[in-house]
Amino acid sequence: MHIPDGYLGPETYIPLMGAFVAAAAVAVVKVKKEVAAKNIPYLGMAAAFSFIIMMFNLPIPGGTTGHAVGAAVIAILLGPWATVIAVSVALIIQALIFGDGGITAIGANCFNMAVFMPFVAYWIFKLFRMKSEKPGRVFFAAFMAGYISLLMAALITAVEFGIQPLIATTADGKALYCPYDLSIAIPAMAIEHLVLFGVAEGLVTAFVVRYFFNHDRENIYAIQKGGRHE
Amino acid sequence: MPSRKEDDMNKLQKRILIFLVVLIVLTPIGIFLPMAFDAGDAWGEWSAETVEGLIGYVPEGLQKYSDTYQAPMADYSMNADDPSLGHQSGYYILSGLIGAALTLGVTWLLSKLIIRK
Repeated sequence: MHIPDGYLGPETYIPLMGAFVAAAAVAVVKVKKEVAAKNIPYLGMAAAFSFIIMMFNLPIPGGTTGHAVGAAVIAILLGPWATVIAVSVALIIQALIFGDGGITAIGANCFNMAVFMPFVAYWIFKLFRMKSEKPGRVFFAAFMAGYISLLMAALITAVEFGIQPLIATTADGKALYCPYDLSIAIPAMAIEHLVLFGVAEGLVTAFVVRYFFNHDRENIYAIQKGGRHE
Repeated sequence: MPSRKEDDMNKLQKRILIFLVVLIVLTPIGIFLPMAFDAGDAWGEWSAETVEGLIGYVPEGLQKYSDTYQAPMADYSMNADDPSLGHQSGYYILSGLIGAALTLGVTWLLSKLIIRK
């Protein structure tokens, strides 16, 4: 899901960079307000976890590869705004040092995986948990949060890819950037995330949330309904 | 969790760090599994040459932007031409260590700057 350089034209990557910068600015204000100083180490470790989990490429046999992102579990444990900071740092380091995701696409990638995804995950978790403290319900809600949020992130990524042929082509009708339109990009990204990568994100989310639910329940953001200010 | 001295690493944090290191050591799974199941690039992350193979040409803009930047450790490797799978696994683990440590450090510092009042 790391869009490389050259797949998005400036008409797409500049607005997405703007949206990401705006969200990051809000995140700074929110994190200052709602994250306790004792959670700083956890935020660092969460970012590192996201970095590492993205290295586990999973194969669709004979097809493409993909991976979990870890944004869902961080959103549940530390809140979606803290996740914006943590996962953006991981993604920017991946782009700058390891060439994973383009430089021009940093805004798009951060928007998709570090802004959009954690908020979807957070709300799906709340929706499915329905304030229950039953371990089974929490586990299921966490799985759904991971599964659906990665799928949604894949879908907006597919839309960004798929609108390229609509926005810009050469005079002779050839693609300028991503050559595949929505009718190809959306099913391709949807199916692989429905059958495999979303399941991986769901399982990672469910098991890590279960661990913290058993060991450090009072410190789970989504169970404290918004952190210490609510 | 009982609140202890803030700066001391507590048991839970130590456990998480150990878990992260174990994960890093296991990252080569992310190389082996795709090889074992004959899976290629992620969708939409093909190189310019691969795109040419897929559609018969390289889109102009893709060509122009695709080499705007050369990352120092591209593809989580220090030597992408090395054919040895063992070496590549080592590079991958090293990349994981460097990347995770850097990510942890930058996030820690950044959140410290944001949160201190």
